[in-house]
Amino acid sequence: MSKHVLMSREMLLTGAIILLLGIIASRFPAFIAPSNLVNVFNDTAPLILLAIGQMIVILTRCIDLSVAANLALTGMVVAMINVAMPELPVPVIIVISIGFGALLGMINGVLVWKLAIPPIVVTLGTMTIFRGTIFLLSDGKWVNSHEFSDTFKAFPRTELIGLPLMSWIAIAAVIFFTLLMSRTTLGRAFYAAGGNPHAATYAGIDVGKTQFWAFTISGALAGLTGYLWVSRFAVAFVDLAGGFELNVVAACVIGGVAIMGGIGTVVGAMLGSLFLGIISNALPVVNISPFWQLAISGSAIIIAVALNAQANRDKGRIILKRAEHAT
Amino acid sequence: MTETPRSSIPDRLRSPLDRRLKSWETLLLAVAIAIFVVNSFTSPYFLNVWNLSDMTFNFTEKAMIAFAMALLIIAGEIDLSVASIIALASTAMGAAVQVGVGTPGLVLIGLGVGLLCGAFNGVLVTRMGLPSIVVTIGTMSLFRGISYIVLGDQAYRGYPSDFAFFGQGYVFWVISFEFVLFACLAIIYYVLLHKTNFGRAVYAIGNNPVGAEFSGIRVARVKFILFLLTGLMSGVAAICLTSRLASTRPSIAVGWELEIVTMVVLGGVNILGGSGSTPGVVIAAFVMGLVTFGLGLLNVPGIVMSIVIGALLIGVIALPRLWQTWRLQAAKR
Repeated sequence: MSKHVLMSREMLLTGAIILLLGIIASRFPAFIAPSNLVNVFNDTAPLILLAIGQMIVILTRCIDLSVAANLALTGMVVAMINVAMPELPVPVIIVISIGFGALLGMINGVLVWKLAIPPIVVTLGTMTIFRGTIFLLSDGKWVNSHEFSDTFKAFPRTELIGLPLMSWIAIAAVIFFTLLMSRTTLGRAFYAAGGNPHAATYAGIDVGKTQFWAFTISGALAGLTGYLWVSRFAVAFVDLAGGFELNVVAACVIGGVAIMGGIGTVVGAMLGSLFLGIISNALPVVNISPFWQLAISGSAIIIAVALNAQANRDKGRIILKRAEHAT
Repeated sequence: MTETPRSSIPDRLRSPLDRRLKSWETLLLAVAIAIFVVNSFTSPYFLNVWNLSDMTFNFTEKAMIAFAMALLIIAGEIDLSVASIIALASTAMGAAVQVGVGTPGLVLIGLGVGLLCGAFNGVLVTRMGLPSIVVTIGTMSLFRGISYIVLGDQAYRGYPSDFAFFGQGYVFWVISFEFVLFACLAIIYYVLLHKTNFGRAVYAIGNNPVGAEFSGIRVARVKFILFLLTGLMSGVAAICLTSRLASTRPSIAVGWELEIVTMVVLGGVNILGGSGSTPGVVIAAFVMGLVTFGLGLLNVPGIVMSIVIGALLIGVIALPRLWQTWRLQAAKR
């Protein structure tokens, strides 16, 4: 049943994306030229990476509003490391960014797991703490393009078979996490913990620990994106990616991830991100002020969550809910 | 069973005085007084009636929204769009000024936009049954997004001079109009939450919405009214803030939703719903105002203060839980 709904949701979204591209192409055919579509995908890669992490967190009935702040903090940390030690090779930088991001994610995870603080409160709090920490680290200064080493900046742009590495990383993440979610016990635990926490507990799954791992993964992906973002735009500052967490949540909701947990796929999160990415790239092309972006993603969240609710309504979950209250 | 282990049910109720002394509000009041004393020692500029009067502007507008937000959170919902409602209401008032609307009209527009936004949230949550967190994250970008569409990188100015009274006027000596409004609203919300059927319904819904429904409480209607109230309060805050700044930018009041939620949680309202009090929120407003003002006097930059606010938000919830687990472990031993 849910499989069926999910399939139709992803087909629906793919249809919507094709329709959107068709409408734009009818007025600006250059937009769907392969080279431009590659650009659009590359632009959307950070959103895809973050949306995958966010999807896993939302699956476990949590939410991570600190991803953009995590991205900016990790970005600033690796930027300052690069300025201090320009000879440090890029793979080491990447390992540092993933590790540091994961560490920040673990802070969220521990607070949710061990102290059972509502995730929205934890991540609202850590969001401001991370942003403030960037200010303390950098003294409010920017790290600018000329201060980075060339290899640091070149990595995400390096092309491999026609696609920049940035895009390849996003593709690799989609494949890796699709496998993780469907082929490993941890992946299945994410679904179980969010679908019905009580049943999951009886099945031997530690729900809190599962949520901890979800936050860790989300943090690790945010950290990786932090490096990619900073090196691609060759700048790091306090307000980097400010408010981007809303786009990430929007991408997930559009991608059919149910905010009440338990439902969602990596491919859905990717399609949701692409939908938003295409809109934001098309706005300047069709001559609409970029100031429309915020209102459009807001409306997209509301419409998508309303559609999700409609799709999930006829699912006979009442018995499960009663069982939850009984325990 | 000669030696019964310490049971969870006490053999006698704690006396009212004892309960009052050990309540969250008392603790908070002690913290507020401590901060006050520390502030007056660290900065020579602190103990000055005009400075203290200025200090109240740090929290009065936020606290007005926090009163309504407290009710909403007690009822198990949340509204993250409040700061964006301020932006939209302020933009609407700014646009009205450009076509020559006078002060009474501006007030009506500010309140009206607030109510409309609240109604929009309320309909989505109560009629369509959507989770309020996501709905209000959506309307948070939608409402502010509309401000950006209207204003872009521009600003509205030229508010009529009598409009300045709401944010800059003084009723008596150092007592500002905003502070009087804050005090009146505190009393109104105290009565509403603690002395009326409506207030009892709010607690009932937060503790058990299904039970409340079966007890004859119109859950959806109460929640809808709470969203309306939160929108209305955001409109009131928008009038005060716009009047105080005498200009409107789309980035007005950015991040306030966080501070308002922090204020409510600091005031002892359970973020999961069901408990909390208006006096707690009032004291929390003072605590936050004193902390920001004190740090400001010590030249601490705003973004560092936001670290303090974020840490407060987490710490206030974490510490009682840590304390509880520690006590449980101690009791086991």
